Amino acid sequence: MEHYTMNLTLKVWKQKNSSSQGAFETYQVKDISSEMSFLEMFDVLNEQLIRDGKDPIAFDHDCREGICGMCSMYINGQAHGPWAKNTTCQLHMRAFKDGDTIVVEPWRAAAFPVIKDLVVDRTAFDRIIQAGGYISVNTGNAVDANAIPIDKKDADDAFMAAACIGCGACVATCKNGSAMLFVSAKVSQLALLPQGEPERDTRVLNMVAQMDKEGFGNCTNTYACEAECPKGISVANIARMNREYLRAGLKAD
Amino acid sequence: MTWKQFFTSSIGKKFIMGLTGLFLISFLVVHCTINSMIFFNDGGEMFNTYAHFMSHNYIIRVIEVGLFAGLLAHIIQGLMLMKQNSAARPVGYAANAAGKNSKWYSRSMGLLGTLLLFFLVLHISKFFVNTKIALYSGDQPHNTFEEMKEYFQQLWVVVAYIAGVVSLFWHLLHGFPSAFQTLGINHKRYTPIIQAAGTAFSVIVCLLFALMPLSFYLGWIN
Repeated sequence: MEHYTMNLTLKVWKQKNSSSQGAFETYQVKDISSEMSFLEMFDVLNEQLIRDGKDPIAFDHDCREGICGMCSMYINGQAHGPWAKNTTCQLHMRAFKDGDTIVVEPWRAAAFPVIKDLVVDRTAFDRIIQAGGYISVNTGNAVDANAIPIDKKDADDAFMAAACIGCGACVATCKNGSAMLFVSAKVSQLALLPQGEPERDTRVLNMVAQMDKEGFGNCTNTYACEAECPKGISVANIARMNREYLRAGLKAD
Repeated sequence: MTWKQFFTSSIGKKFIMGLTGLFLISFLVVHCTINSMIFFNDGGEMFNTYAHFMSHNYIIRVIEVGLFAGLLAHIIQGLMLMKQNSAARPVGYAANAAGKNSKWYSRSMGLLGTLLLFFLVLHISKFFVNTKIALYSGDQPHNTFEEMKEYFQQLWVVVAYIAGVVSLFWHLLHGFPSAFQTLGINHKRYTPIIQAAGTAFSVIVCLLFALMPLSFYLGWIN
């Protein structure tokens, strides 16, 4: 692949804190390598801003290898930018051309308030997990991993659901700010396995109740979440969660 | 868990939309089939026979109450969802490439539904109300066919009806398969069949409905 450098105009959301009014700021970056990641380009920009005595741009990041779910930028109108099944940290500058203008915004949702600039508070997801995204395990010696036979398809489906990194791109993308894809992945990965059976009913009821309490919107099946999910989580999980909810809801006292 | 908790949860609200939506789809099958009797072009004889049956049969008249209840539930729940969903994103995006990840009509169900509501006000205030007036004033047999023929001579009415049917088409194209997903039916083999059936249903029903005012206006039926 051809290597090249580019000069870019960046329009980035700057917001001092959750209570202040934010606005876009325009920055120029020069000689960006096509082999840099999008976050490395931001590192270059921030070093430049620090040298100039200006406030660097706050953004979330951790592993930078596409598995932690921390990076969360809405780039040119798409969560994690233009590449499919990809996180912002794995987006490379070869996705852009010399002279491009790139608009970068934080996730927008009532349940994800902006902390600063591009950093949003995603602890709503943690509270949903705390409401039921777990299994009970006895203390003592570790149980043999293969003691319980599990159907290959169920194991595969559970694994596919467990690939969710909780980045929040589904919420950011959904026109309703709905967290259904995230919650359904977390419900599915446990509902499909025998280990998840004891809390199967209470899990889905409690997690959905917490999701609603956090102020996420309602799913209208546009499937934008699936299209933008960096891990390719399927909306089949949402259908499964609906079934689980129906089952548990009808059975509950 | 109370029934209220169940049906006011985000998934419970989806169930209400999906179930009432499918119920309204089943009504469209009946409505479209009976109205298509005008295409026999027999001066409305066949059509009026069925129209008379529909307005006089007691079972149908009980179901009619259920139909209005279902329609109202669909409308009210839909409007409430629109309000809640827009509150879930108080600050919008400056750049939003929504067209890259979803279909415009899937994102516009609220708007399409509102357009349909305007159409329904026009539609019901004419045919449904007139049929009821005729029924209770003893003005029988009521000639709905002649009423249609006369009404559809006006260009603005024909345009309004076709606009209503176009809104219905896009609303159904999303709504039909979406209702199944909501009720938990998502399957490698069945979902493509549901989607194909939904598309076929939307095309056939809306084409027949659009042909009705058009046929009267152009004099294909008289």
